[in-house]
Amino acid sequence: MTLDMISKDQEVIIKSIKSKTARVYALRFGINEGSKVKCVAKINNGPIILRKNHQEIAIGSGLAKQIEVETQK
Amino acid sequence: MNCHCVQEMLNIPDDKEVIALVGNPNVGKSVIFNKLTGRYVEVSNYPGTTVDVNYGFYKDYVIVDTPGVYGISSFNDEEIVTRDIVLNTQKIINVVDSVHLDRDLFLTQQLIDYQKEVIVVLNMVDEVEKNNIKIDIEKLKENLGVEVIATSASKGEGIDKLKEAIDKNLFKKGKSTPNLEKILESEGKKFSWESLAEAENVFSSSVSELQENIYALRRTYVDEIFNKTVKFDTKKLEFKNKLSQVLINPVTGIPILLATLYIMYYFMGVLVAQRLVDFTMNTVMGEYYLGFIKGIVGKFVSNLFLQKIIVGNYGILSMFPIIFFGLLFPLVVAFHLFMSILEDSGYLPRIAALVDRVFNKIGLNGRAIIPIILGFGCVTMATMTTRILGSKRERLITMFLLGLTIPCSAQLGIISGLISRLGFWYLIAYILIIAFIFGLVGRILKKVIKGESTSLFIDLPTLRVPQLSNVLKKTYYKSKGFLTEAFPIFVVATFVLGFLDATNLLHTIENFAQPVVTGFLKLPKEITEVFILSIIRRDYGAAGLVTIPTTKSQMFVALVTTTLFVPCITSFAMMTKENGLKYSVFVWVSSAVIAILVGGILAHIIL
Repeated sequence: MTLDMISKDQEVIIKSIKSKTARVYALRFGINEGSKVKCVAKINNGPIILRKNHQEIAIGSGLAKQIEVETQK
Repeated sequence: MNCHCVQEMLNIPDDKEVIALVGNPNVGKSVIFNKLTGRYVEVSNYPGTTVDVNYGFYKDYVIVDTPGVYGISSFNDEEIVTRDIVLNTQKIINVVDSVHLDRDLFLTQQLIDYQKEVIVVLNMVDEVEKNNIKIDIEKLKENLGVEVIATSASKGEGIDKLKEAIDKNLFKKGKSTPNLEKILESEGKKFSWESLAEAENVFSSSVSELQENIYALRRTYVDEIFNKTVKFDTKKLEFKNKLSQVLINPVTGIPILLATLYIMYYFMGVLVAQRLVDFTMNTVMGEYYLGFIKGIVGKFVSNLFLQKIIVGNYGILSMFPIIFFGLLFPLVVAFHLFMSILEDSGYLPRIAALVDRVFNKIGLNGRAIIPIILGFGCVTMATMTTRILGSKRERLITMFLLGLTIPCSAQLGIISGLISRLGFWYLIAYILIIAFIFGLVGRILKKVIKGESTSLFIDLPTLRVPQLSNVLKKTYYKSKGFLTEAFPIFVVATFVLGFLDATNLLHTIENFAQPVVTGFLKLPKEITEVFILSIIRRDYGAAGLVTIPTTKSQMFVALVTTTLFVPCITSFAMMTKENGLKYSVFVWVSSAVIAILVGGILAHIIL
């Protein structure tokens, strides 16, 4: 599934990020494919706020649709 | 390597060696800079950008405080400035935030990979414990291969150790990312920092596959270092993280945003624009100064024409200083004080996340709120900062909306002052009309302007109580910059207006504009002066409104029309520089048409 589909407090693993620019940005922020992240807030049809360790990042819904994630069991 | 390039770039003394302070945004670089250099701070405007670089002196070194970045690359102006300084400096103090070590180590390792001599400052260690984090500093030192010094700069802790490390010259080249050589060799390149910089695309804003591979390799490596040296538990999170969620959640975030805007309005519009300005403009300048200067000029200048130009209604020694020092100066300082507090608290990126959804509807993402908010300070400055936006389309839309709907700090202060006298409902109506035009024009631009918009991708820094000294320093430099830039334009504008008045040309123009001003807008003909002044500077135009007698409804129409009226001369010039003359003329003409149309419709409804 894609990142925009996850709900608040859900933990997921990033499988792939379609946009090359977003991948490079994410790497600098500390997020790469395989990173475990938690959704700490979500605005309906708006951005998803992810946390990895203590780092929080807001990702717009358009980009979130291009990020494949895998849910944590 | 030490080619004095940084000294040349920033025009600083070249007999001293440069140490660059480098780190991610909001890690406390400026606080460390202040502790090291004391009060001897100089500011240099970096050529070709909007970015100011501070530098100061510590013993035989010049310490250069670089803009916060996440990596050495060229994605925006800040990064370009930091990139140039880093590539031309050998000694670097890399400041990292102890709480966000996994993120910050990417830049640290990049600096090490570039074979810089580095000292790592592990700042804000006092927050580590509060966040249930444990850092093995010795292990971190061993893994990076450079000196690591723990500080809590805002409390002054660890600064002595940092100074000692600088005195003992403990700067060291660390251990570069393993396998980096292999990647470069596979591309037929010999390993050196220059070939690495080239492979990492540091001089281009686009991204390449090779760059991505190197980034991925470095990210995996620093994650390993992080996992070996840091133990943490995010289950028991601190109050700040909860507060962060409250600010982002629309249910709680929107009322907090509205409350913040109300506080800003009360502070700027009531406390400063009315009470303080009443004292500075009417009492200090209007009574004491004006009486004094008229007396002196009356004694030495007998020619009536000259008297009119010097101390008449639009005189260079009467109207200009009264408005500039009595009215604009307090408003500009007040605005920058408020903005510095907002900036330093880490609230702005959260506002960006909160408004992202709404901004998507006008072809922008939430990040565009930053130039929009800065536009309330100075539209010209904000026009430049649209460079942070991801695509040309977003920049064109934002610049248009800035030029059309956003009043600058002094204009905002004057508007707030005038509107609070009209009453609460006028304030609400004013906000709704301007917001409606903002949304409507934004929607149209989204449809009309071709191209793509980018998605929000923004780091939310830890929320912090702003440091008073930092806030005051920022306010000082920003207000000074704004006022020095405004000064000559004001002098010229006043002179032009004084001349038009003294030669009766003003009267002719007023008569010429009468069908629109008194006929269509139903306003007193003197308002024409406000429009003329607004072309030169919007805030100057708004200031003119203070002196013209109108009814409440007329004042309301005048406020809406002048807010939407054309961008001032400096933002017009800036728009031309960024996007060409055709675009800025288009914005100028459309703003004039929209302003008069909206004002006229409003006048016919309420007058």
